[in-house]
Amino acid sequence: MCLGIPGQVTDIYDMEGTLMSKVDFGGVVQEVCVATVPEVKVGQYVLVHAGFALNILSDQEALETIKLFEELEKFNQEHPSGEQPE
Amino acid sequence: MTTLTNANFRSEELTQKLVASIRAITTRPWNIMEICGGQTHAILQYGLDQLLPAGIQLIHGPGCPVCVTSLESIEQALKIARQDDVIFTSFGDMLRVPGAGQDLFSARASGADVRVVYSPMEAVKIAALNSQKKVVFFAVGFETTVPSIAQSVLHAKRNGITNFTILPANVLVPPAMHAILSSPENRVQGFLAAGHVCAVMGYWEYEPIAARYHTPIVVTGFEPVDILNGILMTVQQLEAGMHTVQNAYRRAVTREGNLTAQGIIAQVFEPVDRNWRGIGLIPLSGLGLRPEFQTFDVHEHFELGHETLAESPLCIAGSVLRGVATPHDCPAFGRQCTPGTPLGAPMVSSEGACAAYYRYQRVKA
Repeated sequence: MCLGIPGQVTDIYDMEGTLMSKVDFGGVVQEVCVATVPEVKVGQYVLVHAGFALNILSDQEALETIKLFEELEKFNQEHPSGEQPE
Repeated sequence: MTTLTNANFRSEELTQKLVASIRAITTRPWNIMEICGGQTHAILQYGLDQLLPAGIQLIHGPGCPVCVTSLESIEQALKIARQDDVIFTSFGDMLRVPGAGQDLFSARASGADVRVVYSPMEAVKIAALNSQKKVVFFAVGFETTVPSIAQSVLHAKRNGITNFTILPANVLVPPAMHAILSSPENRVQGFLAAGHVCAVMGYWEYEPIAARYHTPIVVTGFEPVDILNGILMTVQQLEAGMHTVQNAYRRAVTREGNLTAQGIIAQVFEPVDRNWRGIGLIPLSGLGLRPEFQTFDVHEHFELGHETLAESPLCIAGSVLRGVATPHDCPAFGRQCTPGTPLGAPMVSSEGACAAYYRYQRVKA
């Protein structure tokens, strides 16, 4: 139930006083309530659960996480699998 | 081009790097609980548990909303759904969960108007289109789902939709972690915190828990790379004797969380004691409507009563949900209890541990 799917906001509008949007999930577009992220802008990625945006996703943080993994390579070369670090 | 698609976090190359790092730093056995049933399913689906060093045991947590919804709530749902003037709406997972007798699917087969919705907002729309009917939404789920329900109640109130109510059954993660860690049967040494709960709530709430129980907690996402990164950071802390809260899901989670969503929740709901199926009463572990939103509580409109109901004597769902048994410990697993004929909720839900073991063929020879 706590499934959250990332999608890109393509349109933002008001529905009877509630902030709504259209979100593109890799080609499938759905209506998503963005009252929970009123600062969201078209083009940003949101994490969507049960038709609501949980949060705006950070591209910068995603890049940095992946960059951190690159450093694992160095660690792994120093500590081959199965061998314990000193 | 964005780095935010899930495909980036399913990379085989990164998976292998992370597994090698976990192997390199692990010097002894550790028990780590993933709270969220969505993570349990990802772990079994991708076989992540089998890539880890033998001593790292993943214990499956209670983060399956459908599994922990009390028998009493399910019986109340059935009672409401059978009324002639009711349209009962629910997330699909809830329909096949066995109550003491029937489930919502069989109630529907007997003529009840039970409808599956993807979002509670759909239930509000159904109410607006059916003003002569009472439309009830079964409000289950953790903090991830609560903002959607709170916002739907606000939307109904703002637009004068008075035939929409909820059956409140929402639950909260931190009180359950307290319950697990303070239990004499506890064997959890580190936690993977549920990333999407934290996307809403942040992770500041977990800091006193980590300190009090000397247990590291790492906020973890749902893709294989995210989960292995969460495990790596937890093992690093365990090996170093540390017990802090760390964030392995930074693209979605900040320490403070989504303050707007938290504000919406606090406007509509307040903490209440709640009974968890298989676990029992946990103080202040649920959410009830605040007095000014009481008219949206279905209990205000129906006399539902309180019943004490008995579980199947064969089912060990409670022990599975508390992390003290695995589905394999259950003599009924895969025999009397299958997804087609479930005895307990964890065999039904897409987040239940028993369903995950069954689906991904973890059958003991």
